[in-house]
Amino acid sequence: MNPALRARLGRVGLNAAGIVVFLAAIFPVFWMVSTSFKSEADISSLELRPLPTEPTLEHFAGIFTEGVAGHSIWLYLGNSLIVALSTVVVGAVLALLASVAVARFKFRFRATFLVLLLIVQMVPAEALGISLFLMAKRAGLYNEILGLVVINVGLTLPFAIWMLRNFVAAVPRELEEAAAIDGATRFRTFWQVLFPLVAPGLVATSIFSFIAAWNEFFFALVLMQDDTKYTMPIALRYFFGRNTTDWGSIMAASTVMTIPVVIFFLLVQRRMVSGLVAGAVKG
Amino acid sequence: MTTTTSRQAHASDGGRKAGGSKRGLRPANPRSALNPRYLPYGLLLPAMIVIGGLLLYPLVQMIQMSFQKVGLREIRGYPAESVGVGNYQKIVESDLFWAALRNTVIFALIAVTLTLVIGTLVGLLLNKLGKKMSTLVVIGSMLAWATPAISSAIIFRWLFDDRNGVANWVLNLLPDFLSQALFGRSDWSGFVWFLEPAPLYTVLILCVVWQSFPFIAVSVLAGLKSISSALYEAARVDGATAWRIFWKITFPLLRPVFSVLLVLSIIWDFKVFTQLHTLAGGVATRDAFNLSLYSYAEAFSAPPKMGIGSAIAVVLTLILLAVTFVYVRQMVRQEELR
Repeated sequence: MNPALRARLGRVGLNAAGIVVFLAAIFPVFWMVSTSFKSEADISSLELRPLPTEPTLEHFAGIFTEGVAGHSIWLYLGNSLIVALSTVVVGAVLALLASVAVARFKFRFRATFLVLLLIVQMVPAEALGISLFLMAKRAGLYNEILGLVVINVGLTLPFAIWMLRNFVAAVPRELEEAAAIDGATRFRTFWQVLFPLVAPGLVATSIFSFIAAWNEFFFALVLMQDDTKYTMPIALRYFFGRNTTDWGSIMAASTVMTIPVVIFFLLVQRRMVSGLVAGAVKG
Repeated sequence: MTTTTSRQAHASDGGRKAGGSKRGLRPANPRSALNPRYLPYGLLLPAMIVIGGLLLYPLVQMIQMSFQKVGLREIRGYPAESVGVGNYQKIVESDLFWAALRNTVIFALIAVTLTLVIGTLVGLLLNKLGKKMSTLVVIGSMLAWATPAISSAIIFRWLFDDRNGVANWVLNLLPDFLSQALFGRSDWSGFVWFLEPAPLYTVLILCVVWQSFPFIAVSVLAGLKSISSALYEAARVDGATAWRIFWKITFPLLRPVFSVLLVLSIIWDFKVFTQLHTLAGGVATRDAFNLSLYSYAEAFSAPPKMGIGSAIAVVLTLILLAVTFVYVRQMVRQEELR
């Protein structure tokens, strides 16, 4: 075989492999979205129908009007949004302060704090579930959305600090020194010089925390008792448990929950990778 | 690394001077929280309170409870009695614990291996593909990665549904002799995947690997981009095969990346909860428990046995911290903490 033909065949093979990976990766999501638009006849048909033959919105209409766990899916989307946004706002402030301390100052216990951060990220949240459940119960936060917010802040904070400190460290110190020489106070230097430059990193970190809080399952399962206080994952789990055969509606609810996360995810994926394997890649 | 360190030292000296005299009019109060000596502690304090109160204290409490009897009475606020190592004794004597430990370890071994192998292959592929094609594959992988755990578990329940699932339909297309040879059955119509641990875990592995290979692929790709192409050209001129190039050049250079990815994957796969809870339909299928579901079942089913649940959680945490130790040492060795 001549080299040119061989190179071309190699290229075709690689592209074919690429298409196979692409199809395998999107298939489950495709199937979820496709099912959510299918009529009952398509869903229970004995032959395989990848696409809805007569697309319908009845499943979406159903989850918004009749609801999923006794109430419209709006309620659960709202609960999840409250939990995720509160987690993000509180977490962002705490993470920003801590990451400035870690990236801009030298002090005793600095290395200790960083090692601690690494270690607590590795403790399985599920293992802390029992203690946190009892603490929430004693603090009157059982079955309260506030309790879920507090726990989500705790769960997302270590990684948020870990990620954000890289962004703070990337801002050249000379800028702040120049501002200080010009007589700016520490606060002004922070607010007018450092903060605008760290803002993109703060957005990325916040989106990460948002996704984590939006998807959080375990603590919402353990803490939320009233069906009016369920977050989206628990409502979906409950709905699925009750209507195991109504796949059209289950997939519609699942689609509604998944879309916001996917959009956010595509915005930050690059930074998430660098946050998780920071150092290892830089060598 | 050394240059950064000296620059930092220099800059914080500068900062101290600026804080002390530059502000001129108002000399810094040495006890004020804004005094640069105390400022970092002030900035860290809120985060430390959260981490201490929500992660470290519960960790201590979990260890303490693992030596106590914590049932309904204690949940209502009565002081808990110590039972010594009674809880540990009970779980070690229970068949359920050993089944859960076995499920946890076997699942992690298979899922981690598959995730790393597939993820690395896709990463290598992405590095070879043209720009358009690789963007397409990355976006597809992102979809899998971004899907919430609960959604993905429910999707896989649907794909493997006994009556209308795609999986049984596709398996029925296989020629009977092949299906018989591979799986020991030729008729898949109505096959239920979620009653026995073996088929249940097969679906769980597919579900978890599908969601976690993209992270490995993208990380490996990021690593590959950092390797100089001159190395590969030299190897190719010498006539090395792709297999040899991977093991002699790529793998040694990306060893730090691989070890971090290995540890992260082990940590994620050891404690998988959401997907198993959903696929197994709660805590009914007891012989399909892994350690986190077992701990949850003991602690939160009636009657609650939170002491025993904590003991199981301690075992899980100890296993994970042993693995984490390697990760932390790796990070410290790379001076990532400077």
